[in-house]
Amino acid sequence: MAMRESTTVSPILSLTAVSKRFGAVVVADNLDLSLAQGEALGIIGPNGAGKTSLFNMIAGVIRPDTGRVEFEGSDITHLPPSQRCRAGIGRCFQIPQPFLGLTTFENLCVTGFFGKAGSHANVEKRCVEILELTGLLPKANTLAGSLTLLERKRLELARALAGEPKLLLLDEIAGGLTPHECEDLVAAIKTIRATGVSVIWIEHVVHALLAIVDRLFVLHQGRKLGEGDPRSVMASREVHEIYLGVEADG
Amino acid sequence: MTAPAFTISRATPESRIALAFAVLGLLALAAGPYWLDRNGMRIVGDFMVYLGLASLWNLLAGYAGLVSVGQQAYVGFGGYVLFGAAIFLGVPPLLAVPIAGVGAAIISVPISYLVFRLKGAYFAIGTWVVAEVFMLLASQWSALGGGSGISLPIAIVREIGATRAMRENLIYWTTLGTTAAILIAVYLLLRSKWGLALQAIRDSETAAESSGVSVANAKRLLYVVACAGAAMIGAIYFMTKLRISPSAAFSVNDWTAFVIFMTVIGGIGRIEGPIVGAALFILLRETLSDLGAIYLIILGVIAVAVMLLAPKGIWGLLQEKFGWQLFPVGRKLVLDTSKKEGN
Repeated sequence: MAMRESTTVSPILSLTAVSKRFGAVVVADNLDLSLAQGEALGIIGPNGAGKTSLFNMIAGVIRPDTGRVEFEGSDITHLPPSQRCRAGIGRCFQIPQPFLGLTTFENLCVTGFFGKAGSHANVEKRCVEILELTGLLPKANTLAGSLTLLERKRLELARALAGEPKLLLLDEIAGGLTPHECEDLVAAIKTIRATGVSVIWIEHVVHALLAIVDRLFVLHQGRKLGEGDPRSVMASREVHEIYLGVEADG
Repeated sequence: MTAPAFTISRATPESRIALAFAVLGLLALAAGPYWLDRNGMRIVGDFMVYLGLASLWNLLAGYAGLVSVGQQAYVGFGGYVLFGAAIFLGVPPLLAVPIAGVGAAIISVPISYLVFRLKGAYFAIGTWVVAEVFMLLASQWSALGGGSGISLPIAIVREIGATRAMRENLIYWTTLGTTAAILIAVYLLLRSKWGLALQAIRDSETAAESSGVSVANAKRLLYVVACAGAAMIGAIYFMTKLRISPSAAFSVNDWTAFVIFMTVIGGIGRIEGPIVGAALFILLRETLSDLGAIYLIILGVIAVAVMLLAPKGIWGLLQEKFGWQLFPVGRKLVLDTSKKEGN
């Protein structure tokens, strides 16, 4: 697959010269990132590279020190997370944060009513469809507090989807899955993509990532290390050296 | 995508019975003046005052995580608004009750900007400090008796009702009506989509915010509503007593410590909790208050025992054991497995 020229079509998301530091730790150093409508972008990088901080800046949990974040052409740099969710940014947390005292179905209803989907009538129906898509339907009336870790991870995805996002941010949702569960997840994400949703996926499970993404972005110490066609990026020497931690063996 | 056919159930078998009992109970209490003696009406009145306050505090602390130790600021404010409006402006006392509510809603907005800068324990202390400031201001207000307080003049008392029985009945019904309205409003709020948002905030503020819930706005709105409710209850309570003083009006013991006791031992974060807690508190008070200081020690022992044995409160324990939900706020998904419905 050829590298996409994402800047020619009007991008759904663009980050321009975004920087963020926490004391001496630089999590984003003059980062530029652009995502085309319907595109799926994978982000890889070693621990502490700034991947989750990047998501926090896209979702609005932290504000960049400098730079701009635009979603569908409008500046969202200063919007709080709730307004970004209503605009169509759906987010899964790396460490699941379910609403423990609500049932699985009610967890979806929260994003259903308050996310972008809240504007139309049949929120509940959409939530049921997503429960089926993510395989959580048998657990619909179970309190999220009694779900297993894997179910909680699926709930993260389902809850984000219930808001009817245009852009889905997935943070390491494949970690710890069995190969079979991973296949199911990849199939579910393919179904979601087919509806036109753009995806950014941070993942260490590279084979799952490669099954989905059009483009790969390598982050290291808050900087872009490489970007482009997933397979050639994975094959590049720099990625081998720094991301995979393998000394060059010739 | 296709969804299986489904319906959403919002009731449980026991909730239908509970609703019937609640309606019957309310009717019986409304007829209180015809079957209760003066002491009985006083007990029901106090129960209603505490039930209203505990339900509002439960919303604040149990759902929005706003552990306020300063709601006495608004109880006292409501009382003083009633006395001030009646004495200086000639407002009929019963009409001053909603005025106190509106007044408290207005002043709670700027106060919320002040105290919401604080989190957790600092918020608790900050709200308490605000209440102390209110008390100091009230004790400087010499026209309303300063530190020693003031009684409602006889002429104004007569305005409420010509005879003592008439006054007591009117105040009784106002108390009952206000608390019933607060409870119904709390129930309807928690059943609405905003209730879903409040429960989401209770469980994870970060995830609620990322799910489109504006956490800051929801908390502020809830704070304003809880403060307005506390002020109306305060106005009614001091109208019943016919006398107000800063130490009674802004008492952290009466209006916050006891209210926290009720909510916590009843079951915080559950609509039934404050009902159980307020009933238990009134029962203990009426049976043990002759014991003096020992009564407070017993309350303390009960609070410690409940926290150790049933951290989710008495109602929380019953709910876990029997799965009861008398006033369910949830949405239960009932699948119709017989047929599939297209999208």
